[in-house]
Amino acid sequence: MSEAILDVQGLVTEIRTRRGVVRAVDDVSLTVGRGEIVALVGESGSGKSMTAYSLMQLFPTPAARIAAGQIRFEGRDLLTTPPDELRRIRGDRMAMIFQDPSSFLNPLMTVGRQVAEPLLARDYPRNQIDARVHDLLTRMGLPDAASLARRYPFELSGGQRQRALIAAALACKPTLLIADEPTTALDVTVQAQIMDLLRSLRDELGLSLLLITHDLGIVAQHADRVYVMYAARLAETATTRDLFHDPRHPYTRGLLRSTLSIEGASDELYSIPGVVPNLAAPPQGCRFHPRCPLATETCHQQPPLAAAGASLVACWYSDRVA
Amino acid sequence: MSSASPALFRYIGVRILQALPLLLGVVVVNFLLIQLAPGDPTTVLIGDYPAPEEYVRQVRAEFGLDQPLPTRLVNYLGQLAQGNLGYSFANRMPVRELILQRLGATILLTGVAMALATVIGVLAGVWAARYRGKATDGVVQTTALLGYSIPEFFLGQILILIFAVWLGWLPSQGMRSARSTATGPAATLEVGLFLILPAIALSMRYVALISRLTRASVAEALTSDYVLGARARGVSERRVLFVHALRNAAAPIVTVIGYNLSFILAGSALVETVFAWPGIGRLLFDSITRRDYPVMTAILLMVSIGVVLANLITDLIQAVIDPRVRYS
Repeated sequence: MSEAILDVQGLVTEIRTRRGVVRAVDDVSLTVGRGEIVALVGESGSGKSMTAYSLMQLFPTPAARIAAGQIRFEGRDLLTTPPDELRRIRGDRMAMIFQDPSSFLNPLMTVGRQVAEPLLARDYPRNQIDARVHDLLTRMGLPDAASLARRYPFELSGGQRQRALIAAALACKPTLLIADEPTTALDVTVQAQIMDLLRSLRDELGLSLLLITHDLGIVAQHADRVYVMYAARLAETATTRDLFHDPRHPYTRGLLRSTLSIEGASDELYSIPGVVPNLAAPPQGCRFHPRCPLATETCHQQPPLAAAGASLVACWYSDRVA
Repeated sequence: MSSASPALFRYIGVRILQALPLLLGVVVVNFLLIQLAPGDPTTVLIGDYPAPEEYVRQVRAEFGLDQPLPTRLVNYLGQLAQGNLGYSFANRMPVRELILQRLGATILLTGVAMALATVIGVLAGVWAARYRGKATDGVVQTTALLGYSIPEFFLGQILILIFAVWLGWLPSQGMRSARSTATGPAATLEVGLFLILPAIALSMRYVALISRLTRASVAEALTSDYVLGARARGVSERRVLFVHALRNAAAPIVTVIGYNLSFILAGSALVETVFAWPGIGRLLFDSITRRDYPVMTAILLMVSIGVVLANLITDLIQAVIDPRVRYS
């Protein structure tokens, strides 16, 4: 791995709810190297999107806050950075794109103006903004950028909207792009196009990409390294190749088994027994143990993230999984 | 905007065409309402004491009151089309002249009051939404509730008592000083001073209404995804509030402002009376006490037209704010 531009240690994010404080992100550590594509994988509610929001320190609800940990980005401690400077980092050094491009674009503002916003916020020469916006839209594979820039989001297709959001995110040439399920709301063919676009942007601009997804197909195809999250905690991390060939956490194995493959097409699709735990009252110790075929008494203690094979795994029995 | 403009102009044209039959309907309904009202205009003309039957019939014929209803309606519409609103008996002059004399003062008062209410209400609402749940929010909310609960005529009297009687800072009666000879900018300034108290009294209710609505609407907009998206692009908080959130929150606010233009006209009748403001509202009040039916009818008509126009303008503003409206 090359030099890390993002280094997160022991991140804890809490959400105040009526039933008490819920840890949506619990002791998560991860790094992203320059030009690297890192995937953060997990089911809905595993805390992967909350991790992404925590990195930006922007939350969809005011009830969420970072309770502990450290976020170092380009050598700077983001948790002690004043809000005003944070705002200047967002969209400039670190940008984010989202799951549903239609709801994350302002419906009453033309696409061009939204793409221009990061530039406007940073004294980009005013007379060059239009040209830059057109250039960005064209590079995102949107033909006829000049007329497209004058249109409103509702006049665009889903794929075009996501491309426009990516254009806005990249307007100031950030070094890190956080993509929160960027293809989930799109058609399958458009999904592939968007992923190819993100990948080519990485190759051309040396962009680092933190890809939040639940789609293991996308991970296998595009990611360099993978973090697997389960119930707000990290379960396993490895390079993509190692993770797919030699998964060490029982949850990772279950996850991989429950995806369709051509060889297994005739068999019934595997599903992990049980349900994802309620984070308001998580199980003691390893959070996966109530659903785990290998669980014993030991699993009531939280296992540390430790080396097993080529992975780092949070499981007492990681050597048995292989 | 070049791609959007034709749609906008088409929309404006359609809405204006739709407003025309509505105006005609308003005129007809107004006319019929007055016909339904108990009493006979001739009693007002002749007086309450017994008059010879022959004379009453003569007066009725003179004013066309012996004609059947449809004929009278057609006559009324014909006169209206020529701009004839009737004759005020109490003021001994044509209603049209009377109204034209007074209309400016009312438009000035209600216009300034509504502008004041809009600016202060929207700013206070955005401020409260920005700091919702905090002390600032509580102060704005409580003040708004208070402002909404005080009737404008009472507030007007309190304002007169404090600022005109006790402190002697501002004039309280009329639109200009009786012996004023000021012209040009000096006259404008003088009217401005006379305008302050009635405008505040008239606007308070709407400041409260608009600020509460703005708070709710902006607070909701602030939780939407596109606000998060804008913040992720590093957009300043001021721009997030006023460009992203407020514009998306504007639809209900604009609707309520437009809707309340008719109420502010009604409220201005009371405020104009309290402050002796020489406008339509006070004219209406006087014409009711004097049973000056032609003036009442004409003012009713003016207010109805005002309401239709206000709604039209509201729709047009909506279309300017939200491009999706133009296409639906």
